[in-house]
Amino acid sequence: MIQKRFENTAKAVADIHDGATLLVGGFGGSGLPSHLIAALVDQGAKDLTVVSNNIGAVSDGVAALISNNQVKKIICSFPVGPHADDLIARFQNGTIKLEISPQGTLAERIRAGGAGIPAFFTPTAAHTELGEGKETRMYNGRLHVLEQAIIGDYAFIKGYRADRWGNLVYNKTQRNFNPVMATAAKITIAEVDEIVEVGELDPENIATQSVYVHRLVKLEAECEGRVLVNG
Amino acid sequence: MVKDQQKVGWSKIELASRVAQDLEDGWFVNLGIGIPTLVADVIPEGREIILHSENGLLGLGPKPEPGQEDMDLVNAGKEPITLKPGGSFFSQSDSFAMIRGGHLDAAVLGAFQVSIEGDLASWKVPNDPLGRVGGAMDLTVGAKRIFLCMQHTSKGNPKIVEECTYPLTAPRCVDRIYTDLAVIYVTEEGLVVHELAPGVTFEYLQERTAAPLKIHATGLAQEDILQQ
Repeated sequence: MIQKRFENTAKAVADIHDGATLLVGGFGGSGLPSHLIAALVDQGAKDLTVVSNNIGAVSDGVAALISNNQVKKIICSFPVGPHADDLIARFQNGTIKLEISPQGTLAERIRAGGAGIPAFFTPTAAHTELGEGKETRMYNGRLHVLEQAIIGDYAFIKGYRADRWGNLVYNKTQRNFNPVMATAAKITIAEVDEIVEVGELDPENIATQSVYVHRLVKLEAECEGRVLVNG
Repeated sequence: MVKDQQKVGWSKIELASRVAQDLEDGWFVNLGIGIPTLVADVIPEGREIILHSENGLLGLGPKPEPGQEDMDLVNAGKEPITLKPGGSFFSQSDSFAMIRGGHLDAAVLGAFQVSIEGDLASWKVPNDPLGRVGGAMDLTVGAKRIFLCMQHTSKGNPKIVEECTYPLTAPRCVDRIYTDLAVIYVTEEGLVVHELAPGVTFEYLQERTAAPLKIHATGLAQEDILQQ
């Protein structure tokens, strides 16, 4: 019988190794797997490469891993916010590398990683600083830049409901980066508000299919109030 | 540097309304962060304009009533919004397929600088080690029209310039510039002023613009132009 449920977030993240590449879903506080991040802060894995769209929008996001000196590289589109100070300080003293990727390019690099495409050409960032040093090619009279796929060792996903197999549905705009990141990691770990029996989720509404999800953690009731105070 | 007086020009919400007037029935329109997000609150009555938010939704509605905020229903600026009937949610890769794939009729964006040729700089100021690109580079290559919605100057310095000195978001992408002082079209013949905000003269506008402006061939629209 398929059993992906882990007892708690600590057990779900226990094997994450130093130097791992980690994809973290969410857009600001919406759809942010903050409990898995908190567990990884406690677990202490170091030299992580973290891929996440916003860094510093909320204190319980990737900023917590940065402040705890667990990150060696960030790949993101928007390193700005009230909690970005530790990232800026570590970037300036050279202890963290930063790669800025346009948001759509970031999403597509992850999609490509999950879909077995190693690289792709996009018009985004052509003729700009973010396109510098990248291979280019003309298509339809327009300059395109070659972008590399991203694959994670682990992905942290925030879902609303899961079934025992790991099918996921989301709540409104908490979906954001979560479905695409779920496809692009060797081990995808989802924290969810509720786990239901197989067959209870409407097959037409499943946004992340069970094939992509390896571990599930149901959040305890006292944690669920977080969504009210994020952002 | 010219010190702006506060009494002339459009307020932020008036500016957002002015942009909204030019969005056509049936258009799909992305709103960037900052003043552009205000456009959602001032869509003209009777017009069906479907607003896109880069974080993964179509059918964005106005701000919720106080107490009705849902932090899992937010816009690109991570502010709570509402969803209109017919709205939908989707992933980032789908959201940017809509953007990059040319499916949006317009994007309304902010800017640090815009040049006479429509080059846009909006993601990084000089000497900022980080930058903050978000979806701006994808929107500028993908949306059918780029409308800027911004203050005319920043700390007294013109944002409309001959050539951008800040790092580019994309070259030659801007179609129109809506500011607190005027509506300006980027054309083959240069920057053409179509409308002046109340209390603004062409000379006042040109003084605050670091690129030559032209007057629209059929003259300027302005409610109180006769008072000038």
